[in-house]
Amino acid sequence: MSNTRTLHAGHAVPVTIERLSKHYGAVRALDEVSLGVEPGEFVTLLGPSGSGKTTLLMAIAGFTRPTSGSIRIAKQEVVRLPPHKRDVGMVFQNYALFPHMTVGDNIAYPLKLRGVAREKRAAEVARVLELVHLAGYGERRVDQLSGGQRQRIALARAIVFEPRILLMDEPLSALDKQLRERMQIEIRRLHDRLGTTTISVTHDQREALTMADRVAVLHLGRLMQYEAPRALYERPANRFVAEFIGESDFLPVEVAGGTARFAGRPLALAEAPAAAGSYELLLRPEKLVLANGAAPAAGVNRFSGRLRDAVFQGESLLLTLSVEGHEIHARLPNRHLGGTTALEPGAELSLDLHAADSRLVAREVKA
Amino acid sequence: MSVTTIDLNAAGLARDERGERWLFLGLCSPALLVVLLLLCLPIGWIFWLSFVDGQGGLTAENYTRIWTEGAYVAIFATTFRIAALVTGICVLIGYPVAYCLSQLPTRLANILMLCVLVPFWTSLLVRTYAWLVLLQRKGLVNTALVDLGIVEKPVPLVHNLTGTVVGMVHIMLPFLVLPLYASMKTIDGSYLRAASNLGASPPRVFWQIFFPLSLPGLMAGLVLTFILCIGFYITPAVLGGGKVQMIAQRIENSVNLYPTWGPASALGVVLLVLTVLALWLSHWGIKRWRCRVGLA
Repeated sequence: MSNTRTLHAGHAVPVTIERLSKHYGAVRALDEVSLGVEPGEFVTLLGPSGSGKTTLLMAIAGFTRPTSGSIRIAKQEVVRLPPHKRDVGMVFQNYALFPHMTVGDNIAYPLKLRGVAREKRAAEVARVLELVHLAGYGERRVDQLSGGQRQRIALARAIVFEPRILLMDEPLSALDKQLRERMQIEIRRLHDRLGTTTISVTHDQREALTMADRVAVLHLGRLMQYEAPRALYERPANRFVAEFIGESDFLPVEVAGGTARFAGRPLALAEAPAAAGSYELLLRPEKLVLANGAAPAAGVNRFSGRLRDAVFQGESLLLTLSVEGHEIHARLPNRHLGGTTALEPGAELSLDLHAADSRLVAREVKA
Repeated sequence: MSVTTIDLNAAGLARDERGERWLFLGLCSPALLVVLLLLCLPIGWIFWLSFVDGQGGLTAENYTRIWTEGAYVAIFATTFRIAALVTGICVLIGYPVAYCLSQLPTRLANILMLCVLVPFWTSLLVRTYAWLVLLQRKGLVNTALVDLGIVEKPVPLVHNLTGTVVGMVHIMLPFLVLPLYASMKTIDGSYLRAASNLGASPPRVFWQIFFPLSLPGLMAGLVLTFILCIGFYITPAVLGGGKVQMIAQRIENSVNLYPTWGPASALGVVLLVLTVLALWLSHWGIKRWRCRVGLA
């Protein structure tokens, strides 16, 4: 059997979540979350612990009964359907491979439940094992596998019965960093090949940015932003998203008469502020560059201050600068800096931010 | 230079390690002493007595009597039959109990666990005599059965096999439920969710996933119950009323019947050997099974 066959040739289905809520007493684990997933799309639910991302995934799988709302898979309402009737594949956080079955029996289990004949089962098991690069592992016991191998077997078991959609609950959290990064790419490639609509959960923003077509950021049970990785990073909708994804510092900005000002000086911005009021300027450390002494060009904002420290972090140098009483960070790539300025604590430095790299978010009132 | 580096503190560190080992041995010594004095020595002594005849000479007569006299073989058969019956009933009653407890929220499970544990903490004699009162001719059970018109006249519930089994099941149930519950608690709920996610209906999740994973705990409880049943004395003696004889009672009879300790000692030794054999067999069986299904 050819292993290049696409399992879901044109069978990818959409998932629609509408005003889904889950209340535990006064706690709202999910608060009116609405989310649409296109057929064949890879969506990652991202958020800190307690954000509701796992609750949402478990509700889609059928393990958590929501308080209200609708979940439709391929236009079918599944919110009251028991998990075994949802036809949804799932990779569990701890993989949940049955310890009393061999690798092959684990993968064949969903096929057995569907009454697939023995020979067909064996062929399918061999095919998905090859798909996850573990051909010939069928006879192994689960406890003879490494963490990464278990992860692949769990994936194989979840896709072997060609479920309508694939769910993954923190699929890579148990793996070490290097393996995790390799598996991110591998899972993404597998998804591209199978074309199955996939929803994964993670608290690791890099994983979300690497794997997903779109990322849904959740916070305290609410959907904060739902967008493609690049848009999410470059144009966060609010301060929470800006802080949660990537490194960030904020400077207070006042907007009046169509001009944004920081510490009384006008700023050059990519987008004109919508309305007058208090905003915050998002600064990503890697977007700041060391000023070279000449006056800033048009469209460049210069921030001058005293260097507090410069930390060597291997690939980069992390500078902490005090600007008008605010601490900001700049990440300089580790390469020859041309001896412009001595990077000693206490030195006076200037950092430049291009207008194209600027982003304002609404100022949040601290509780 | 390198020599002194290697030897640096070596002697002192080695002394510390030896000292620690002696400390642990010292901590164990009271228990070791008790086991030696109250278990190993008496068993050795009984083993010796079983080979001694009335005149103080060596003999194997005490053992040959067990094989040749049919009564003994019958008693051993009865003992194993009752032990198997009681264990079987305990499994039928105890498994659902342990299952429910393991699936309930911990707080509720802990409260319900008390229902299993309170009888366990009550004296064995008290419970045995309580059953005697309940099951006798004019006891609560018979009165209720007659009053409800289920039976015409009181049925014999005690001083027979029924009474013995009822009493023993009651006493033995915690010994099955506790290890079973402990092992069921360790079955990760994600296995059950995974099976359900893969398309298994609730009965299938139970029989294909939960039950196989609970078997090690079930075997542990089963073996414990069975072995305790084999040597059980008080409850069968009181509720069996002499009509149902198990080995332990026969040993007591032998002590009274014969002028020497020999016959009773020989029975004791045979009981011990059979118990050890049963234990070993079950361990071997579990190990083989675990290897086969990959739980080792």
